[in-house]
Amino acid sequence: MSVIAGRREAGVGLRSGPQVRRREGVARLMHLLFLLVTSFAVIILGVLLVSILNDGLQGIDWSFITSRASRRPERAGLITALFGTLWIMALTALIAIPIGIGAAIYLEEYAPRNWWTKVLQTNIANLAGVPSVVYGLLGLGVFANTLGLGRTVITGALTMSLLVLPIIIIASQEAIRAVPLSLREAALALGGTPWQTARSHVLPAAMPGILTGTILALSRAIGETAPLLVAGASLYLTFNPGGIDSNYTVLPIQIYNWTSEAKQEFKDLAASGIVVLLAVLIAMNTVAIVLRQRFSRQARW
Amino acid sequence: MARILGRLGAGIPLASLVALVALLALAPFAAVGAQDATPAGGEVAPYEAPENIGELEGTISSDGSSTVGPITQIVAEDFSEVAGNVDVTVDISGTGGGFERFCAGETDLQNASRPIGDDEIQACADAGVDFYQFPVALDGITIVVPEGNDFLTCISVEQLAAIWGPESTITNYNQLNPEFPDLAIDLYGPGSDSGTYDFFNEEILGEDAAGETVTPRQDYTPSEDDNVLVEGVSGSEGGFGYFGFAYFEENQDSLNAVAVAQSSDLSDCVQPSIETIADGTYAPLSRPLFVYVNAESLQRPEVQEFMRFYVAMAVELVTEVGFIDAPAEQYAADQEKLEAAIAGTATPDSQATPAA
Repeated sequence: MSVIAGRREAGVGLRSGPQVRRREGVARLMHLLFLLVTSFAVIILGVLLVSILNDGLQGIDWSFITSRASRRPERAGLITALFGTLWIMALTALIAIPIGIGAAIYLEEYAPRNWWTKVLQTNIANLAGVPSVVYGLLGLGVFANTLGLGRTVITGALTMSLLVLPIIIIASQEAIRAVPLSLREAALALGGTPWQTARSHVLPAAMPGILTGTILALSRAIGETAPLLVAGASLYLTFNPGGIDSNYTVLPIQIYNWTSEAKQEFKDLAASGIVVLLAVLIAMNTVAIVLRQRFSRQARW
Repeated sequence: MARILGRLGAGIPLASLVALVALLALAPFAAVGAQDATPAGGEVAPYEAPENIGELEGTISSDGSSTVGPITQIVAEDFSEVAGNVDVTVDISGTGGGFERFCAGETDLQNASRPIGDDEIQACADAGVDFYQFPVALDGITIVVPEGNDFLTCISVEQLAAIWGPESTITNYNQLNPEFPDLAIDLYGPGSDSGTYDFFNEEILGEDAAGETVTPRQDYTPSEDDNVLVEGVSGSEGGFGYFGFAYFEENQDSLNAVAVAQSSDLSDCVQPSIETIADGTYAPLSRPLFVYVNAESLQRPEVQEFMRFYVAMAVELVTEVGFIDAPAEQYAADQEKLEAAIAGTATPDSQATPAA
């Protein structure tokens, strides 16, 4: 915007003739068009938020957070699903972040530029586009059945890790690639090994970008229903998941479950559930943004 | 009543049914020993928690029908209040999907909106899974049209078969009856994993020469989510669909239920209602809902107690989630059968099946 405006100012002296006027006209039109497109997205989001808050906010109180699921709408809550979501997200982060960043470091800092690396790279990009339900089937087949982990929290977390890994790898690679080459050269010139270079210079500098990618990946995972339904999340439990070998359900499944009920009261609960899910999402992102800010302050080059 | 009891028994092998009837008949004279808790004459014994119920531990897993799931859920919910250390999970994979897991021995209980099928009995036998069957509630598959549709008030089984048959060419209401308006029929129904789908096709379309249930036409909008069907039918002028009675009851302001007639001249139209489903006059679409228990799981004290709680509390809880309670005799029979099964004196329903 400012660049375009600046050019326009600079071009004052040239403003004459039909061609120039047409170009100016097109420029203004595009400006308007882009503004419209942006506001469209923002307005949709606003409408969604207002309608959800409107439907869901009055249903939220402490007992809604601390009660278990119930067939009686006035008693129903989502503590079980909240526990499940926290378990799954924490484990997914623990599994997927180290593997994802590790893979990105290998691909950017170590891997030779040959056809094999290209095959790996293409496959990771393809995996990022695979529909999530396919990961659910994989999770059910490999983790739940073949490895005998059953329909447990760890199966869900492993499935989710597979789902978010490609996104984390690709985002981390982009971030690592954006670190100036001179930084590496300086470290290597001083006798640092590739690992020392990566650990002390490249990674800290790339961390803000890596964290952004990870936030996006985990935010995607928290809202996923299909892969966990397929991989064996339960619809209803009388207990809160207490360990990695426990059965579980998660917030989006609880919400989905409520929307499919016959009674209107349950549909209102679903709206309240969505508000809680949004709150968890925002809380998670806030933590990640704070972390990112701290890292960007540290990194100076 | 006789009709509905007959239907309740449809999935139970004849031998065990005979045994059950005999037990029922003998009950007034044989109220001794383990069956002390069960009063005679078809009354449901109230649930009495044993003193050590708080010490029971374990996880009870169940899967199956989305129709029966809510009943098991509310039972589990109340059970967890008396037996706090017993964990219960209720999954909903559809009756067919649930039987796959049940017969692989993965789950303790199976919620079913139709009796177990022959191939499923075989699968259970192959895996060495014995089971008992307990009818727990009644439901009536309800034919629905949008609230604005005031011409279709009654439909015959024959017409239903004509509409849903595999070769059906009926796309407009005026093909059903020339007096009906020229309005395209917009069909909605449950998907093929659903027990409701199986039951409807079995009752309406029947079997083909090979003994397989006829597959209905495929050009309809299927959904496993009954709310999608409710929205679909009520939102389309020519909407026409079917699902469980509970969903109709909750959506009466946007849907009309169509009465069903068994004769083709529409002389015996019966509107689905709690009364007509309970006494079986709403036919042939009234159906029992079942819970199957893995016989081996029933050796575990927490499963025994859960099932005792289930059959004793069903009368009360079934209606709370929108279904219709079976006659008291049924629950009393369930209680007898359960106690016999726990004591090891009953033959599992899987064993009583005549070899195919």
